Parts: sequence; C-alpha cells; structure tokens
Amino acid sequence: MTATLGTASLGLALALAVTGLLAPLLARRWAVSLGRAVLAGQVVLVTAASGLLINALVTGDFSLKYVAHNSSLSTPLYYRVTGLWAALEGSLLLWEWMLVGFAGLVAWQHRRRDAELMPWVLGVFSAVSTFFLIVLVWAGNPFERVWPVPPDGRGLNPLLEDADMFTHPPLLYAGFVALTIPYAFAIAALITGRLDAGWTTTTRKWTLSGWLFLTLGNLFGGWWSYHVLGWGGYWAWDPVENASFLPWLPATAFLHSIQIQERRGMLKVWNLSLVIVTFALTIFGTFLTRSGVLSSVHAFASGPVGALFLGFLALVLLGSFSLVVLRADRLRSQPELDSMVSRETTFVLTNVVLAAVTFTVLLGTIFPLVAEALSGVKLSVGAPYFSRVTVPLFLALLLLMAVGPLIAWRKASLDNLRRNFLWPASLAAAVVAVLAALGLRDSWPLLAFALAAFVVFTIVLDTWRAARARRTIAGQRLPAALATLLGRNQRRYGGFVVHLGVVLIVIGVTGSMNFSEERTATVAQGESIALGRFALRFEGLRTTEQPSHARVEARFRVTNDGHDLGLLSPALKYFPTQQSPLGRAVLRMGWKDDLYVILSGLSPLREGQATVKVMVRPLIGWIWIGGLVMVLGTLLALWPLRSGRAEA
Amino acid sequence: MAWRRLVLVFLVGVPLVAVLAYGFTRDPREIPSPLIGRPAPPFSIELMDGRPVSLADLRGKVVFLNFWASWCPPCRAEARDLEAAWRQHRGEDVVFLGVNIQDTETGARGFLREFDITYANGIDARNRIAIDYGVWGIPETFFIDRTGRITYKHVGALGTGTIHAKLAEAREGVASNREGKGDYRSVQ
Repeated sequence: MTATLGTASLGLALALAVTGLLAPLLARRWAVSLGRAVLAGQVVLVTAASGLLINALVTGDFSLKYVAHNSSLSTPLYYRVTGLWAALEGSLLLWEWMLVGFAGLVAWQHRRRDAELMPWVLGVFSAVSTFFLIVLVWAGNPFERVWPVPPDGRGLNPLLEDADMFTHPPLLYAGFVALTIPYAFAIAALITGRLDAGWTTTTRKWTLSGWLFLTLGNLFGGWWSYHVLGWGGYWAWDPVENASFLPWLPATAFLHSIQIQERRGMLKVWNLSLVIVTFALTIFGTFLTRSGVLSSVHAFASGPVGALFLGFLALVLLGSFSLVVLRADRLRSQPELDSMVSRETTFVLTNVVLAAVTFTVLLGTIFPLVAEALSGVKLSVGAPYFSRVTVPLFLALLLLMAVGPLIAWRKASLDNLRRNFLWPASLAAAVVAVLAALGLRDSWPLLAFALAAFVVFTIVLDTWRAARARRTIAGQRLPAALATLLGRNQRRYGGFVVHLGVVLIVIGVTGSMNFSEERTATVAQGESIALGRFALRFEGLRTTEQPSHARVEARFRVTNDGHDLGLLSPALKYFPTQQSPLGRAVLRMGWKDDLYVILSGLSPLREGQATVKVMVRPLIGWIWIGGLVMVLGTLLALWPLRSGRAEA
Repeated sequence: MAWRRLVLVFLVGVPLVAVLAYGFTRDPREIPSPLIGRPAPPFSIELMDGRPVSLADLRGKVVFLNFWASWCPPCRAEARDLEAAWRQHRGEDVVFLGVNIQDTETGARGFLREFDITYANGIDARNRIAIDYGVWGIPETFFIDRTGRITYKHVGALGTGTIHAKLAEAREGVASNREGKGDYRSVQ
C-alpha cells in the first residue's frame, strides 16, 4: 500500500513538474498561475511521499527495500527518522522535498514582485524538480518493494549512529537546495533579458542563506569527522568533502562581488557566472558522491543515478553559459576600475583568489580521473597537495580580508591607507614579535597569526572609530552607539563578525596543523602514558552490552601536572553485522588544546592490555567557536531588524 | 562574436563532462600493483622441514610465489590446481614456493596434508614478506622470472590455465601490463 501510494505521488508530482516546464511559454498571467498551481501540487505530493517514507521507517515496514536496508527493530526512533537520509534514495527524496518547499516559499514571497521574472523562475524550479523526480521514479525509488518481506531490517550503518546525523546531511542539502534559487533567478534574468539590478537582491539573500547552511553543514561534518571517525582530524580533502566545499567558494566570491555590481554596476557577467558555477558545483558534488567515479571514505552505491546527474550537469553548464554568451551584448559593464589601489580592486582580487581556490580544489579532486584518462596512470591526490596549494591562497584571502572592508572606493589615497592600516599593521607586527620571542620560529604559522591579528585590528579600529563618531554626534554612550551602528548597517557589521569567525577558524587550523603531538603506546593496568602536559594512567578495561553492539572501554585517569582531570574512556564497539570493531574516540576539549584518545586495539596475547593513540591538538576548539561566530555574523546580516524599510 | 564565445563554452565544458563520463568505465578501488616489471623484494624463509631458502638462491629459475592461509576459502579452491600445476612442471627450471601468512602452524600443516601439497612451503609468521609484497587479500600469487623480476601478479584463486600461460611468459621474461584477478577472493 505504502509502496503504491508513494510511487504514485512521485509519478504524479513528475507529471506536474513537466507541466510546469511548459508554463513559461504561456501568456504571463497564465504562466504564473499555472506555475504556482503545479508547484503547490508538487509541495503536497512530495510532502505526502516523504511522510509515507518516514512513517514506513518509524513503524518498521520492511516490505520496502529502503526501510529493510536502513532500519531495523532495534534501531532507536531517532535514527529511524534520520533513516530518511541514510542512503541514496531517501536523500534524493529529502532533497526534492526541500526543493519544492523552498520554491514554494519563494513563489509566496514574490507573489506581487518581479512579475516578469517569475514565470521563468518557476520554470527553472520545475526543470530542476523534473530532474530529481525522474531520478526518484526511475533510478532511485525509495518505495521499491522487497520480496519476501524480511522479519527484520539490516539496520543503520553504525557510523551514521551519531547525533550529528540530524544536522550535517540535512544542512548540506539545505545549502545545496537554497543555491538553486539564485540560479533560477539568474536564468530567468538571462532569458527575459531583464538584467538590471532587480534579480540581485533576492539572489544575494538566498545565496547568503544557502551559504549559511553550507557553512554549518561543513562545520558539523568536520565536527562529526573529528569526534566520531576517530582519526583526530576534521578535514581530509576527501573527494566528498571537497564536493561540499566547492560550491561554498564561488558562493563566497559572489557575496563579495555582488557588492561591486550593486555599487558600481560592474562585474555583471562575472556575477552571473558565479551563480551558475555555484549551482553546477552543487550538482557536480552530488554526482561525485553518488556516481562512485572517485574513491572516497564516503562509500556510496553507484548506478544509473550517476549517469543521470552527469547528463544534468552537462545540460546546466552548457545551457547556462550558452545563455550568458548569447546575452553578452546586454551585459556590458559600465565603468572600469579607476585605480589599482581601491576597494573595487581588493574585491576583484578576492574573487580572483577564491576562483583560484575553487579551480585548484576542483583540479585536485578530478585529477585522478584526468590522469587515468590521458595516461592510464592510477594516482590519488591527497592532503599534501591541497595543503600546499591552498594555504598560500587562504593567507592571501586573509590579507585581502583585512584590507578590503576599510580601503576607499575608487581610489585610495596614501592618507587613507595610513589612517586605516598603520596602527593595525604595527600591532600585527607586534604580535609577531611577541610570538617569536615566545619561541615560535616557523614562518607559515607566524604569517598566519600575523594576518589574523591584522584582520582583527582593522575591524576593531574601524568599529571603534565609527562608534566614537556616533558618540560625538548623537551623544550616545559607547554600547548604545555600537548597537545603533549594528542596526544601521547590518550587512557591514554582520560581515565583520563573519570575518572574525574566519579568523578564529584560521587560528584553530594553524594551531592544529602545525603543533600537534601524538603517541601510540601499549599499556597494562596501572601503567601511564605521558604526552605534553598530560599524563594518562590506565585503570583497566570494562565490557558492556548495548542494544545493538558490545562495547569495550579502556578507562584512563587523566592528570595535568598532578591535577586530576577526570576519566577518559575510549571504546571499541563490536557490531555483529561488521567485520571489524568501530572505534569510539574520546576527547577533552580546552582553550589551549584538545586531548584526544583513540583505543586502537586490544592485545589478544596479553589479556587486559590496551593499545591507544593519544594526541594533543592545540587550538582546535577555536574552529568550532569560529564557526559559531560566523553563523551569528551571517544571521546579523540576514535578520530583518529594521522591518518595513528597504535595505541599504 | 557570440558564436565564437559559444564555441569556447563547449570547448571547456565538453571535455570536462567527457572526463567525468570516462570515470564510469573505471573502478577507482582497483589499484594496480607497482611491483610488476620491478625486481622482486628479496627475502628468506624457513621451510616447513626446517631448511632455509632465500630468493637470491633461486636466481636463474622461474619462481611461482603464492601467499595463502588455511582459513581462506579461495586458497582452498585453488590448492588442487596449484599442486597439479607443480606436478606437471617439477623437474623443469621452475620453483613453486608457498608462503603461509596470518595463520597458525597447526592450521598450515593440516592444510598441506589435506591437499597433499608437495612443493616447498614456509611460514611468514611476522608478515614481513607479505608486507614487502604489498599483499592485501589472499591468495595472492607472484610470478618471478630468471633475473628476479616480477612478471605477473594475480589476486584471488588461480586456475591451471592461467598458471601455465603465466609461467611460460615468466620463462620468456615477458611482464604483463597489469595484475590479474580471480573472481574468488578473500579479504584478510
């Protein structure tokens, strides 16, 4: 019953989506009405299908193959619900559900605005929705039956049994899907030829929303990797990680370069291209994760889904850029750059560097394929390539981040430069001197810390000056003056807060990349391991039976210069369905550093011994705090504090 | 003018898509052995009867080097074919050498008795040789020519047909382009 209803809903939704494709060809009034009607129908049908699948997962309807493979009677309710995105078919359904949901929201927001663009915006939504529904109906139907019906399901992949299962995947999907909306507006603007500023406001807001979701999704992914996968790292430049990072880069570039277009009418083709590339990279990312063409730690099934995604990617890339080229005559930018030393130039440079990062990450990701196609050589591109190539680029971005927001528009005078940068640069130099005096000699970390300090000091100086000016003009106290500033220019100060978040992340990454220590040791009860300022005394093993697995814990008493810091108990989890045990690392977080302990094995020869890997990773906690600050900054920029007034 | 730019879009876009499509024809998890065509890593091992043997002593002969364990089903599957091939080639300038890994001595001896294996075998108790040869799943078999160069590597169970053909190639010093795969494999 569920299978029939589910497949029928998806099939019907597909019919509506195809109808929606034709709607823009009608007269405008009819086009919008029809577009809205088919969209509303899709929202209802896809919501019904998703509800049916969630219900099947929760009630354990193992007559559905998807439920039988990703859930079981012993799966807790929480993970039965998250089973919706535990595998390919369900993820695609969630994606489509979000897509029609966001599209519905946009249609409602724009019910009285952008009348000329809307038929085509709705048309693009229909096209993307058609594609996903085709994939769902023909290549990855979550409502496929299984016969005979198994008495119990296989259960969730144990690695996915983590609280972050609720955040990381849906946030990434939300980011990917939200970035469809700028694309729809860009294509609509290209087709109608209405390339004036109209499409940019909506596009900017949705890009910022999608960017926020992607940022959060990647952060939660890093956090998951760090505390669950048990290798002590948070980012491995794995193809699938790159897939979620790649769209983030042109989206970031767009958020900056759109300011130049708004202010100076420049970079129109570039901005359109960034929107298209961002969307294409979301599809590319899904293609990578779902096609199995590259080897990755994220093992996903391959099949016809990959081929469909590739076809769609080709259509998006070639179709969209052909449109850009054919509209090139209307996209002439007005003024050219006035000076090499100006805010415009800094923003353009930021874009160039971000484009370079995008290109190098993309190249590194697909290089194994290119190499094999051209020379038959099998190779893999790992973290060393990505670190070596991207670190200088990221540091360049940090420098631009310090200069960009403060340097004058059009042409910066020597006086402007001195006024804005003399103090921050001197203070950053002082920070370097202090760090060097404390014994830090490596040039890359020194440079990273110096640039980070430079960014912070420019932001502090600028904000302080503005607040002081307000205090003088309006007679406000400093806190009130700051609050007024934030309210008056949310975008600017939201941006500053995001930049401060980035600085915190840079500090965390620099610390953990350069100053980590680790040790592996086999210990018997009562023996201790010392690393850095920590000492760990092994107090013995403890075995417990959990609902889905057996758990062996090794208990360590942690001390820091004699002070007791409590117990840390890394564990190995033995699942009956898995050949080898899964590790459960434990960590003690701190401002200075994290202590990370992994139980890597139990000795079969000498009972009661444990082999552990202990790591001290300095400053890593700053990454998560920085992420939080970035999110707050983005919300500050997006939140409608001043209702009823047009945004500056 | 626009058409010229359009051509550019396709010049960039089509090869990109083509490379990605090419990916469908490849298996990214299949990693060829870098050992084929290279000198075989030297080793010495104590045989089951206590005699020591080292690869250097076998220079001038074709060596058939097979890694196995008694608990591994594909090793059992190929055992009779290996022994049959050995009986056919013994007396020629060919040496068959089995290296037992990840196993117990009782298990290994039982296996040799069960299949009546008459070629030389030894136990690589600390996996030293297996690690040098990059053995990942068993069985894995290496064909080494008279000059001590690896000419072929096979992952998974072997049949007599492949053994004869690859021994002939090793005798001629012809190295294969890539490793072969049996359908039947076991992962350690």
